[in-house]
Amino acid sequence: MSADLTTINDLYEKINSDPHELDDPNVAHLVIDHNKVLGQHLVPGLHMEVDELEDGIKAVMRLDDNTVLEKQVHLCFGMYPEKGVQRIVMDVTIGKNARISLLSHCVFPYAIDVQHIMHGQIRIGENSEYSYFERHVHSPKGGVKVYPNAKIEIGKGATFKTEFELIRGRVGLIDIDYEATCHAESILEMNTRISGKADDVIKVKEIGHLVGEHAKGVLTSKIAVRESARAEVYNELTASAAYARGHVDCSEIVQDNGIVSAIPIVKVEHPKAHITHEAAIGSVDNKQLETLMSRGLSEDDAVELIISGLLSRKKK
Amino acid sequence: MGVLEVKGLSLNLDGKSILNRLNIDFWEGHVHAVVGPNGAGKSTLASTIMGLSGYRDFEGDIIFKGESIKELDVNERAKRRITLAWQEPARFEGLTIRDFIRSSAKDKSVDNIKNTLEEVGLDGDEYLMRAVDKTLSGGERKKVELASILAMEPEVAILDEPDSGIDIESIERIFEAVKVLKSKGTTVIMITHSLAVLNQAEHAFLMCNGTIVDKGVTDKIRNYFEDKCIPCPHKNIPRAAETGGRA
Ligand SMILES: Nc1ncnc2c1ncn2[C@@H]1O[C@H](COP(=O)(O)OP(=O)(O)O)[C@@H](O)[C@H]1O
Ligand SMILES: [Mg+2]
Repeated sequence: MSADLTTINDLYEKINSDPHELDDPNVAHLVIDHNKVLGQHLVPGLHMEVDELEDGIKAVMRLDDNTVLEKQVHLCFGMYPEKGVQRIVMDVTIGKNARISLLSHCVFPYAIDVQHIMHGQIRIGENSEYSYFERHVHSPKGGVKVYPNAKIEIGKGATFKTEFELIRGRVGLIDIDYEATCHAESILEMNTRISGKADDVIKVKEIGHLVGEHAKGVLTSKIAVRESARAEVYNELTASAAYARGHVDCSEIVQDNGIVSAIPIVKVEHPKAHITHEAAIGSVDNKQLETLMSRGLSEDDAVELIISGLLSRKKK
Repeated sequence: MGVLEVKGLSLNLDGKSILNRLNIDFWEGHVHAVVGPNGAGKSTLASTIMGLSGYRDFEGDIIFKGESIKELDVNERAKRRITLAWQEPARFEGLTIRDFIRSSAKDKSVDNIKNTLEEVGLDGDEYLMRAVDKTLSGGERKKVELASILAMEPEVAILDEPDSGIDIESIERIFEAVKVLKSKGTTVIMITHSLAVLNQAEHAFLMCNGTIVDKGVTDKIRNYFEDKCIPCPHKNIPRAAETGGRA
């Protein structure tokens, strides 16, 4: 992969990560530029077959039973040209009693008209843990359209966690569509934090079906829109087994001419299941705003700071 | 002449007169207390001086260093280094104490942010990365508010009920912090109905029913406040500010 090292280093610089992380033999990685594999490294127990498609790649990933990967697996999907389509098809099977955490960087720094389509099929075996952190770097021009969609099957006692975050650049269009089926004693956590401006469009559709007893699900969306940006959040959580517990939490901040909508659907089909939801939609709280302004911040800077807090990751 | 003067301030809220021809002036670099019973209009006065929304439509004037600040927005007043520590400070989901204090701080270094936390009695390392959200107790939130005021190094600091929610052990720390403000030349205005806070001031004003009814040295106002004001049914309001002068 030495021939492409500069590109990888460049990609990693764009996301403020240390390219030397990829030199660590315990760190598995897959680096894709458009439909070309720039780098791939596996660790024992992790299998990956990658086929190059005309407009992207198809990756079949498998983690063996009882395999616990201590180091985060790095995925990087980049698209350097200004125009084009990148389609990523991921088929993931996690065995039993295994653990994996993936950090996926999607980097489209020069996009004028780029589509990134992610198609995921994820099956998590009994008592396994799967965390997926997706971080996006977009161009400041807003010419990116991303369509992450995934169907997830969470086995008995398994945990699935996902976080979607735009760390730099403009949204363009983000259209998330995730649906998870949660078996007995499993845990589902979906977190989305996105801030849009200009004519950005943010669509979030997250669905969880708690079908097994004692399954737990939490869907959290924190969205901020400014200027003429729009956001639609659709969170659906259904519970059809005893002791299933769920919570839907949606906060949306709207400034200027932004428009937001939130549609929480909670459905309980078992008398011993319980789901709650909480939605807060509105402009930035005036008391917060005036507190920061009374310390000398401009209104814009105050809004920026309040939103950055709201969208920040929880410190563990 | 004071650094900050309020002249003939009358303000209605919801059609009700809350402040009534109020005159008050604060001396540069001195520590003042505005005392009065609940509902006297103390927080309303603080909000009006700061220029918060809903408190911009009034009669009279507010003069800072000889210039009217009446038409200035909150942040323009803050740029002139006038600030307010709120009676019930706002909570900010996800915003770290570090970033909150840094946003107002003159010296934005982490060392300075930690120092200001220590000055209000909070451990710098422990609190730096906590969020200014509902996980802080009322007292902790008040201390963080005061720390952000200290970091700002303001010319005028209005502290609305600086002791409310603060436990007895920490109260001296709050008073120490007020001394730090004074040592840096800040004009301090403490709003309170507590004698302990009043005792920290050099000058005091007694407020009743939306106006200043007396002013002078702290001892004098304390006696009046203790003896007469709390049970005052507002029937026999002493003629405003004619009695007593400055210390
Ligand atoms: N927004 C408002 N609308 C109507 N009345 C108000 C409003 N805010 C405060 N008041 C009233 O104004 C009076 C003074 O309140 P405040 O300034 O908070 O008093 P203090 O701080 O001295 O306890 C009280 O009677 C209170 O009920
Ligand atoms: Mg008050």
